[in-house]
Amino acid sequence: MIKVNNISKSFNGVKVLKDISTTFEQGRVNLIIGQSGQGKSVLAKCIVGLHEVDSGDILYNDQNFSLMSRNERKTIRKEIGMLFQGSALFDSMTVEENVMFPLSMFTKMSKKEMQERANFCLNRVNLVGKNNLLPAECSGGMQKRVAIARAISMQPKYLFCDEPNSGLDPKTSIVIDNLIQEITYEFNMTTVVITHDMNSVIEIGDHILFINEGKNWWEGTKKEILNTDNKEILDFVYASKFMKNLKGKLSD
Amino acid sequence: MGMINNIGKYFIMLRYVFSRPEKFKIYKNRIFDEIEIIGLNSIPIVSLLSVFMGAVITLQTAANMDTPLLPVETIGFITRQSTILEFSPTIISLILAGKIGSNIASEIGTMRVTEQIDALEIMGVNSLGFLVLPKIIASFLSFPILIIYSMMLSLVGGLLAGIQSGLCSQSDYVKGLRYYFHASDVTYGLVKTFFFAFLITTISSFYGYYVKGGALDVGASSTKAVVYSSIAILLTNFVLTQIMLV
Repeated sequence: MIKVNNISKSFNGVKVLKDISTTFEQGRVNLIIGQSGQGKSVLAKCIVGLHEVDSGDILYNDQNFSLMSRNERKTIRKEIGMLFQGSALFDSMTVEENVMFPLSMFTKMSKKEMQERANFCLNRVNLVGKNNLLPAECSGGMQKRVAIARAISMQPKYLFCDEPNSGLDPKTSIVIDNLIQEITYEFNMTTVVITHDMNSVIEIGDHILFINEGKNWWEGTKKEILNTDNKEILDFVYASKFMKNLKGKLSD
Repeated sequence: MGMINNIGKYFIMLRYVFSRPEKFKIYKNRIFDEIEIIGLNSIPIVSLLSVFMGAVITLQTAANMDTPLLPVETIGFITRQSTILEFSPTIISLILAGKIGSNIASEIGTMRVTEQIDALEIMGVNSLGFLVLPKIIASFLSFPILIIYSMMLSLVGGLLAGIQSGLCSQSDYVKGLRYYFHASDVTYGLVKTFFFAFLITTISSFYGYYVKGGALDVGASSTKAVVYSSIAILLTNFVLTQIMLV
């Protein structure tokens, strides 16, 4: 479980996050949604420690991450897996080497054990036999899946996904969403997904945090978000013509 | 103010670069990779430059020896001194600042803008140590060898130019090379080389690591890396010469 207590963050005097508090429960897919530029990615980067917060606390299973030194944070970070928007695979390494990288850095596994673990992770994301490809030889969807395999290779307790569907077609997006949901339940992880994809919200959003103007504007489940009367959320959820038509048809 | 900030940030970066590696075996493999990039891949350009540099020094020395009172061996002597004291350590380092410096800055800068460095940090890897330390060690191992190799080729280039142009014979040239030779001159050249190797790798890494933005900014950081590495080399060269030779 990750608890965020009253965190604020500014860049060059501009307040991006304003006093945000929330809890991301274990074994659930927690979504952070909102329009572009509202602070979703900044919030996630603050939670994982890539940005320092100006005030407030971040607690990983009641351990105060914000008060930890760089070295103390390393212990928590080994329990975090992260899927970046652009996948962030290491260009010079093959798919297998990318997945094995955290294992080779932090475990005493033999090469054979690491390969077995990498194969298990690649199998889990349906990438059997792609071990020797370079990231440049993989499609966008494959790169995301390799990044997921790398993120789960260390059996993390926490999984962060920054816009996992960006640049993917709708069908591949569903594959990635389902994969994130499946591994969250399977490994009982605390998963936090940043997205603007309404399809993801409706498919996998166990807990949804809507950020607007840098504030925690609304929280709820995927069922609640479709029935809310909050104007900002309605503007966001039904922004597309397709969703507006769908809502009209459902009302009829 | 910005420059003072950058100098401060540079020294803070060095602190993390030299912190204890997570796993030495991984670093060892990376050092070998870096030796290939920094050292082996630089051999062709160093060879080409060194031969022509030596040849030109010989020709210019000969062309400027107007008085018959100077013995012909002076050509070999001046070529040796110029090469060992200045041309090989400094000019080759400046060239390597361009080649290696831009390579390092663009490599690390691209990793920054594609979030690969963030990925390393999230995993709990000390990204500065992992990326920069192997480059420093590889440059310490490669640069002295490259510079000694350059000295040798430059002297050979001078010999070939001298013989081919008929300005001096082989025996005159070699006699000049041996004349009043101090091994400390080579030591001075190599000491400078270590400083230059350190400056090129760390300054270029600094500009790559702290780049913000996209592809254009990576290009700009690469240019800055080469410019500031070259300035640092020239300043350090002056200071070291004052300390060691004067």
